[in-house]
Amino acid sequence: MADEIKTLSSQLAQDPDSLVFLRLGELLRLKGQFDAAHRVALTGLERHPHLADAHDLYARILADKRDYERAFDEWDMTLRIAPNHVGALKGLAFLYFKVGDVGQAVAHLEAARLHAPDDPGVAQALALAQGGGSGPARAAAAAAEELAPPAAAAAPLEESRVFAGLEGAQEGLLLLDAKGQVLGGALKEPHGRDVTEAVAAYLAGVSHEAGRTAKLLGLGRWTGVAAEGQHGHVHLTPPAGDALLLVVRDRAVPMGRLAIIAQRAAGAARRWLEQQA
Amino acid sequence: MTAPPYGPALDLVTRVRGVRGAMLVSGDDGIVVAEQLMEGIKGSAVAALASSLAARLRRAMEAAGVGASLFWHLQCDQGGLLVVPAPSGVLIVAVAEPDVNVGLVRLELLRAAEAVG
Repeated sequence: MADEIKTLSSQLAQDPDSLVFLRLGELLRLKGQFDAAHRVALTGLERHPHLADAHDLYARILADKRDYERAFDEWDMTLRIAPNHVGALKGLAFLYFKVGDVGQAVAHLEAARLHAPDDPGVAQALALAQGGGSGPARAAAAAAEELAPPAAAAAPLEESRVFAGLEGAQEGLLLLDAKGQVLGGALKEPHGRDVTEAVAAYLAGVSHEAGRTAKLLGLGRWTGVAAEGQHGHVHLTPPAGDALLLVVRDRAVPMGRLAIIAQRAAGAARRWLEQQA
Repeated sequence: MTAPPYGPALDLVTRVRGVRGAMLVSGDDGIVVAEQLMEGIKGSAVAALASSLAARLRRAMEAAGVGASLFWHLQCDQGGLLVVPAPSGVLIVAVAEPDVNVGLVRLELLRAAEAVG
């Protein structure tokens, strides 16, 4: 872990805009270096104020430091940016358990279960909170223990995740190759059904065709396709080579903002593709 | 140049500064229905590719749950292709320079799509 911290610190020093601060802050937190983690998270937040995972990381560090009030604010902010953020839902559930508001805690856990049905921490905390065999207060305490941030680090940011730390990484960002094979990310339709594979298959060859069209028209290199749908917007970008990055958001997100999100995700995808090469 | 009734619809688009040409393309088979293009633009080839791209995008967007495509914009270093599908399935296509007012072209494409039906 120490080596990794060293490497990540050096990467961050070279590229202060990099999202490696998320992993670095998490590692420092897990190592119990809360002040260092705090500094890393805060600096990251200054550079990426609209990044849900940055607020989530900061909230976990604050919770570790028992600054529950500010942790609550940060998790609340996380949910404002990414309403289905499982880390924030679990974090708020933990805080509600702490103050004895089991109803709110369970409501947040149920929302978390909806978006992360396979998360064992959520399932276990729900079972403990709802079981109540040894009395509601003890059950809530046990559930809070289950959700406590050090255990919540059960969902650390994996380097293998292309879009680790980016908003919508598991539901609205997709990286695929020219043949429509998924390289990273995931896509869910508005009802929560996973549509990753289907969408990837339909987009196979788009990069090639967009390139041909641009060439035929003498328009140079194609840099993106922005499309407006009845219920949402999509943005396609070629991050590198024949790879294709898709970003999907609902109509509330203006096309201009979507382009910025896509640009940020393309940067992450590019770095990841370079690492794989 | 195109004979009526499509001329006025294409005029709406081509009169926008920075638009190099406009076309009506059959969404099903990528055949040019009408065109007003600057010299040097290969209308039939562009139509075929635009139609193919439109079909892929439509299927992907429907699968992603964002519904049918209302407008799309292929962005390139030196310009772009802007497309609105009309209710009949015809695609209204504009070829534009890089500094074009995209919002205005989008509005005129939507108006043209309404006129074409």
